[in-house]
Amino acid sequence: MSNTSGRTRVAVNATQSSTIRLDKVGIDIRGELFRAVLLLSIMLGVVMLATLLIFVAVRGGDRLDLNLFTQMPSSINVDTSGFLPAIVGTTYVMLGVLVTIVPLGVSAAIYLEEYADRDKWYNRIIEVNIQNLAAVPSIVFGILGLAFIVRGPLNLGFVAFAGSLTLAMMVLPTVIIAAREAIRGVPPTLRDASLGLGATKWQTTWRQVLPLSVPGIVTGTILAMSRAIGETAPLLLVGATTFVRFLPESAFEGAYSAIPVQIYQWAVRPQDEFRVLAAAGALVLVALLLVMNSFAIWLRARSRKEI
Amino acid sequence: MATSTITSSTDAPFSLDATKSRIGEKVIVAGLFLAAALAVLITIAIVVSLVFPTIEFFETVPIARFFSNEPWGPLFANPTYGVINILGGTFAIVLYTSVISLPAGLGSAIYMSEYAGPRMRKVLQPLLEILEGIPTVVYGIFALFFVAPLLKDNWPTWIPGKLGEEPQFQFILAASLVLGVMIIPTVASVAYDSMNAVPRALREAAYGLGSTRMQVATRVVVPSALSGIIASFVLGLSRAVGETIVVLMAAGAVANLTLWPNDPVLTMTAFIGRTATGDISTGSTAYFTVFAVGALLFLITLTVNMIAITLVRRFREVYE
Repeated sequence: MSNTSGRTRVAVNATQSSTIRLDKVGIDIRGELFRAVLLLSIMLGVVMLATLLIFVAVRGGDRLDLNLFTQMPSSINVDTSGFLPAIVGTTYVMLGVLVTIVPLGVSAAIYLEEYADRDKWYNRIIEVNIQNLAAVPSIVFGILGLAFIVRGPLNLGFVAFAGSLTLAMMVLPTVIIAAREAIRGVPPTLRDASLGLGATKWQTTWRQVLPLSVPGIVTGTILAMSRAIGETAPLLLVGATTFVRFLPESAFEGAYSAIPVQIYQWAVRPQDEFRVLAAAGALVLVALLLVMNSFAIWLRARSRKEI
Repeated sequence: MATSTITSSTDAPFSLDATKSRIGEKVIVAGLFLAAALAVLITIAIVVSLVFPTIEFFETVPIARFFSNEPWGPLFANPTYGVINILGGTFAIVLYTSVISLPAGLGSAIYMSEYAGPRMRKVLQPLLEILEGIPTVVYGIFALFFVAPLLKDNWPTWIPGKLGEEPQFQFILAASLVLGVMIIPTVASVAYDSMNAVPRALREAAYGLGSTRMQVATRVVVPSALSGIIASFVLGLSRAVGETIVVLMAAGAVANLTLWPNDPVLTMTAFIGRTATGDISTGSTAYFTVFAVGALLFLITLTVNMIAITLVRRFREVYE
């Protein structure tokens, strides 16, 4: 501007030149190197994910046919062998997990969020236990299932429902933590309004809080189910080990198999045909999980926007 | 009370006093409490199911023998019980796994928290979640059929000595490499959460004093989130200790006290998985060995988890 005094102009010029100097310190080599190392560490995971997906698709793609889903596993006709018993077995096991974890997980979450007094020692013990259970190795749940559910007090034997209960104990913390987060996300004003209109605490929880938490609970349940469906180690201990050539009679009787266990059984055989079958099974399992996880992630993103 | 007169005059449920004693609600709350208490019951059940067979095990095999340096072979005709051999196997796997998963997990967390823009984060976070969601048996196949042959064929045999020997089909590095990448998301997500909890003002103050992005990340954010980062490391370690299928498939079946990356090892988890898959009769010493090893495994992870839980609690108290 023309009417500014000389001193102002000097000051403005000085400021401008100093800003320019701040912008162009030169390339911070150490900083850029640091950024490259960070990017490399995150790319390690991404690259391996891509390699793994391509490997499974290439290796198992040839055997991804109808036989895979409709035939029994066979050591003689490997080319037309399938894993129908494992699919049926996993369906039984997962239905058992679903009917167990949803009521138990949601009830526990409601108690901890709506009713529990956090200063009470027993509630703190419950919280620490849930956190700890979330990090207990899965094979320890297998031992528990073997000692308590297959044998011992429940004595169910090596049946699909024993597998369900074992996996349910393992993924219960996932459901509880997700459901608690969903319940915590419901605005407190809603509860106050409901209580103010004369609803009881339970009526408020059941009719106002729970319906709004459904998306979060569904997300948590899907994530828990997707963890359970791919879990192999505990199932090895509670009976899904046999090379089953028939369908399980029901969830409560008869030997059973499960998709990840069947994949494992195939993979540890020396013949290449079985390894291809294992890769094909892995491809199916990964596809199923990608669908489940994407749905859960999408649902979570959507419900976050709404609240 | 004033309310009682209102109620009697209108005969409508306008009373603020509870019209019923609400036994139903109390029953519901009791039921909810039981569901929550189930977590405690499961923990107790784990301890009970491990303790009694373990006691029975130690009645046949003295504790001193279990922790002695004899070889590990509980399924042999002349069984030996030197648990140190499979404890060492677990240690070797955890060591190499941590070398990959801890720095890479921390690096990923710093990148997501300090460098990535919102759009980049929106891509990276689901990718890491998918990486975490791939079943371990698929990682096992990948380790056994892809990573192990790849490493074996390209093994630097020009290195003199033990390290230069070409490995067999199953060895420590094949399992640890896959396991290490597999655990990155676990470490990254916990570390990221703790960095996210560092107040913006701290970063802005550092930038205002002329710090570069790297200085802010390494001298402000990482020290402020340190307890959370340590907790993420501890959780990553505990996952490496407890992982079964990948080591069962790719690390081998030889109980071996070794740290060479080209040697096979048997870990505690792999022993349990392998033994339980085979035919062992209930009540035999081999059967009780599974529980004794399981008890040791549970004890180790319990200790490690408790450290992590305490550390996470401490870092939460700082900024809330």
